[in-house]
Amino acid sequence: MLRPHITIQKLNVFYRERHVLKDITVDIPEKRITALIGPSGCGKTTLLKSLNRLTDLVDGVKVSGNVLVDGINIFDNGIDVTNIRKKMGLIAQMPNPLPMSIYDNIAYGPRIHGVKDEKKVEQVVEHCLQAAGLWNEVKERLNEPASKLSVGQQQRLCLARALAVEPECLLCDEPTSALDPISAQYIETQLLTLKKDYTIVFVTHVLRQARRLADYVIFLYLGELIEHGPAETVFTRPSNPRTKAYIEGVFG
Amino acid sequence: MLLSTSIVVGSLLAVFAVVILKGAPALSLSMLTQTPKGGYYLGKEGGILNAIIGSLYLASGATALGFLLSLPIVLYINEYAGKSRFASLTRLSLDVLWGIPSIVYGAFAFIIMLYVGARASLLWGIITVTLFVFPIMTRAIDEVMKMSPFKLREASYALGSTRLETALKVVTRQTLPGILTAVLLAFGRGIGDAASVLLTAGYTDSVPHSLFDPVATLPLAVFFQLGTPIPEVQQRAYASGVILLVLVLLLSIASRLSTRRFVKYVIK
Repeated sequence: MLRPHITIQKLNVFYRERHVLKDITVDIPEKRITALIGPSGCGKTTLLKSLNRLTDLVDGVKVSGNVLVDGINIFDNGIDVTNIRKKMGLIAQMPNPLPMSIYDNIAYGPRIHGVKDEKKVEQVVEHCLQAAGLWNEVKERLNEPASKLSVGQQQRLCLARALAVEPECLLCDEPTSALDPISAQYIETQLLTLKKDYTIVFVTHVLRQARRLADYVIFLYLGELIEHGPAETVFTRPSNPRTKAYIEGVFG
Repeated sequence: MLLSTSIVVGSLLAVFAVVILKGAPALSLSMLTQTPKGGYYLGKEGGILNAIIGSLYLASGATALGFLLSLPIVLYINEYAGKSRFASLTRLSLDVLWGIPSIVYGAFAFIIMLYVGARASLLWGIITVTLFVFPIMTRAIDEVMKMSPFKLREASYALGSTRLETALKVVTRQTLPGILTAVLLAFGRGIGDAASVLLTAGYTDSVPHSLFDPVATLPLAVFFQLGTPIPEVQQRAYASGVILLVLVLLLSIASRLSTRRFVKYVIK
């Protein structure tokens, strides 16, 4: 069995009266790509955002249960949220560059986490842009506003920015859904390379994409965990009839 | 559309034309470079340097002080208070403050001055104008901050930043053009207002040397000069008006240019 990196135990999330995640218990394996699949509104994004406590930002949210990262419950009182979020890099559905230059977008993270030496920051910027496959396209214009980049480039910039704070996990919320096919493929390739160093959790509702990328699959339906297991098993021999129906395209 | 445009542009040009036509004969370089001369308080000769400098001091002081008050308030109600009742109460109060005529602020400050035994001075002028411009500045910045997208904050938090870092480094950056516009709007209102400083800043024919000296301002110069029975001095009121107009115009051009410089980083 794969070594678990994130352990989710009896996680329940409410948005006011709405019960969005119901008793989720599952392990997410280390240095693999785990795909969260399921039809729209099933709680995939909520589950993802519970993993770095971005759910805190939502008005009227209530969370119970545990999420253990490296054995530490991130919902414990007195835990440093900024530290959790630093560990869990997020790639959002729509590219969300910060209102600053390309260079500063990457440098923002290291700087707020106390890297003072500008030489070091420069190295991080170059290294991360290379890891995200963007360096060659932007190295001549690092001081231009990030908003000038194409959407596909912006998404790779967001990937580079996430890498710059040295996370352990990458949480990807349908990161290719807003992109053209070529940029999307580019991101997928980067993620496949990155999984040797990072635990990747990947939300998608495109089953073909999950088949291409995932090592492990978690299927959610209406806030409930229906089935989880190694990708091959879930895709070829699903044990639950609802998983089977979803994979065969009966609904969703 | 043509009608509305012509009404707006027409009235703008009409004001300019009257002020410039009537003020032009009295306009000279000495208006800009000298204090009043000629044995008369408002000066038949010399210039209104006292009022130009006085207005700039007053408006800059009030804008700076107002900004120091506004920014923390705006950041608090947008980044910390959320959709709380506190935030909406603050917004409501600011809207009411915005609507209060400047003469009321003048009278209010004047009562306090009487109470503490202070005399009309640059300092009290600045305090009064600050009271009067800070709600304008705060609400103007607030409007742009409310509009700045949530996904930016989310991006910043996801990198492990604190609320303060997100507020100061991301939200402020995103809204910089709007902040600048608000600051210049406040400066424009501050430099152009006569009523609030009528009772609190005093008037003098010399350039103030300390915060505790009385100070002349351009709008009051216009007011007093127009009020004299002497035609030459009345004419100078229009010349002072031209100077005030040009100052305000330069300001709005400066704000356009600087906004353009910062707007390129803004995420739409």
